[in-house]
Amino acid sequence: MEEMVNVYLYGKKYTVPASLTIMEAFEYSGYQLVRGCGCRNGFCGACATIYRIKGEHMLHGCLACSTQVADNMYVASIPYFPLEKKIYSIEEIKPTEQIMMQLYPEIYSCVGCNACTKACTQQLKVMQYIAYAQRGEYEKCAETSFDCVMCGVCSTRCPAGISHPQVALLARRLTGKYIKPEAKHLTQRVEDIANGVFDDAVAEIMGKSVDELKDMYNNRVIEK
Amino acid sequence: MSLPYTEEMLESIKKVEATRAERMANEPRRMTADEKDALLEQYHPDYNQESFEEIIVGPNKGQKAPKELNALLQANSRIKGLDIDLEHPDYDCEVLVIGGGGAGSSAAIEANEAGADVMIVTKLRIGDANTMMAEGGIQAADKENDSPQQHYLDVMGGGHFKNVPELVKKLVTEGPAAVNWLDHLGVLFDKDENGVMITTHGGGTSRKRMHAAADYSGAEIMRVLRDEVINRGIPVIEFTVAIEIIKDEEGKAAGAVLMNLETKEIMVARAKTVIIATGGAGRIHYQGFPTSNHYGATADGLVLAYRAGAELLYQDTLQYHPTGVAFPAQIYGALVTEKVRSMGAMFCNKDGEAFMHPLETRDVAASGVIREVARGNGIHTPLRDGIWLDTPMIDAIHGEGTLEKRLPGMLRMYLRYDIDMRKVPIVIYPTLHYQNGGIKITPDGMSGVENLYVAGEAVGGIHGRNRLMGNSLLDIIVFGRNAGQQAGKKCKEVTLGKLTLAHVDAYAKECEEAGIVTDLVSPQLLPDYRRK
Repeated sequence: MEEMVNVYLYGKKYTVPASLTIMEAFEYSGYQLVRGCGCRNGFCGACATIYRIKGEHMLHGCLACSTQVADNMYVASIPYFPLEKKIYSIEEIKPTEQIMMQLYPEIYSCVGCNACTKACTQQLKVMQYIAYAQRGEYEKCAETSFDCVMCGVCSTRCPAGISHPQVALLARRLTGKYIKPEAKHLTQRVEDIANGVFDDAVAEIMGKSVDELKDMYNNRVIEK
Repeated sequence: MSLPYTEEMLESIKKVEATRAERMANEPRRMTADEKDALLEQYHPDYNQESFEEIIVGPNKGQKAPKELNALLQANSRIKGLDIDLEHPDYDCEVLVIGGGGAGSSAAIEANEAGADVMIVTKLRIGDANTMMAEGGIQAADKENDSPQQHYLDVMGGGHFKNVPELVKKLVTEGPAAVNWLDHLGVLFDKDENGVMITTHGGGTSRKRMHAAADYSGAEIMRVLRDEVINRGIPVIEFTVAIEIIKDEEGKAAGAVLMNLETKEIMVARAKTVIIATGGAGRIHYQGFPTSNHYGATADGLVLAYRAGAELLYQDTLQYHPTGVAFPAQIYGALVTEKVRSMGAMFCNKDGEAFMHPLETRDVAASGVIREVARGNGIHTPLRDGIWLDTPMIDAIHGEGTLEKRLPGMLRMYLRYDIDMRKVPIVIYPTLHYQNGGIKITPDGMSGVENLYVAGEAVGGIHGRNRLMGNSLLDIIVFGRNAGQQAGKKCKEVTLGKLTLAHVDAYAKECEEAGIVTDLVSPQLLPDYRRK
């Protein structure tokens, strides 16, 4: 007999197999999900969820698709949370300290409670990456926030009203575009292709019969 | 909590550990062309004749399709019996993009760049797409020892030479520009301190041309594209699904019937050009396979386009990714990125033998895994039999800390269930991953219906009968941008006639005359996982 647990979905009790994820518990209980369900594998952040185990004071943030149910788990999903996303042109902004001040000044109101970090569904050091953003250390902010799925659970817990995932995204784009060194081999290759350097070689291989191509393919040298 | 492996599994791991040093010193042999053909024919699910049937209506009449897809193609329209007011559209635009994944977002950005009035409608949220879940990377021939023609050869060979050459040419010659575009949008690719892209092999590549952003490659690309769509002020209508293509009286695509997925309200969008970027079909669960795909991957675009008269290509070929999770249950069918093998992890059977090269093309690798399990050499788990993927090899080869740095998503996924893949191997079995076929297009991105463009996984022909790792992220960018540019230009010369849905009625009549009787409605929209 399969082990069963009691979970409280929006406060209502359901008995479900203990092996299920929270998302599967909803479905097992009869919900046809529309909101709060995306990649079902921990990458998209659609299924932000908070839960508390009955009798414990700690409130947990998690992704419903990637968290196993537990007995006496009280669950509420957060299928949408109003994060503040500022509009900017990536071509016009520059990775200066002032840009964060202009776009997301509320990060300087951080009170250091660390509730964001405690709530993070990806176990990221959220408060730390906000501190990097405050100091204009965008590369560090980018690296520390890299695994963010933008579920927004951090922001639900923030007394300063910071939209952490949006701050991190800005820092990552600034880092990718302006701070990391240019891939010169890529720039060169794009230019060569535009200048027709490969036109003849591409035309030649396209002119081969399937048998000739097969022969080339089966005897091609594979880089070690 | 402790490692959830059974005693039997732990015993088998000892054999894997015992052979590890020797395996690391000896790369397994690659199969000959004949060996591969024989393996595919006997074990690849595409060759399972019972799972296919003949299409009896529409442009691909007489060809084979998976039974599940055929049922959807022949099903009733969701607008059957509805009185839809086409005279007073709820939305009016120049370019209507259906789908908010990587291809749709790229298309919208380029249409916007071309000065067109563009709008995205998407079934779930923008970014809820297979793009978000692509872990391993994106191919492009930009290194000194590589070239577009070398990439061309790999793509054609991987696709069994069935690819549409003109589409492959576009893919490989515009590949570097696509990666460059993303790089300049601020996608954080893995680079060394001099800016050189860190590139690795994928199954079937002859050069190391896999660019990555750790194992969040697709997620990183999607986050940036979504941000860019919003920065440009492109309207995104979420939780709104297209349920039929609208044409004008001359037969040109002219919009779509939309449905609010939550309120079920029906709306009409009129558009001078339409781009289908609806993605794949894993949630159809062909042949009962689990899938690595997104919740919304239900082949909707194929159904819409087919009813509108667009021809499909290679609708009978699906990709089963060799390494889906076979255990534990909570992540059953989820993707274990090919990058795990790119970085050195080998397949091992229960006796610790590396029974095949880890980087054969996906169809060959998946068939090899299926055969090894069928031979009784699989690892028995409480869920299903599978094959070891010897992940501790990665740190053993590249040094401690490598797996954590280069595969953080994979490590996190398994650690949630107390499996530390740095220390113990993981059990895998093929999972339904990609729709190789789709809607047939010309190099300008247009389907057989005028002004109906297609981009991304909904397209058929680019990858022939089998796609290589890293060529899907590439194709959504190359062909997504292309569709946006072409539609953005074309819309300026379009004059729409009176809107009509007569083609939907005509198709229904054809089905009726062919003797098809069904209660099924399509497109499917979402899978139903409620307990029956």
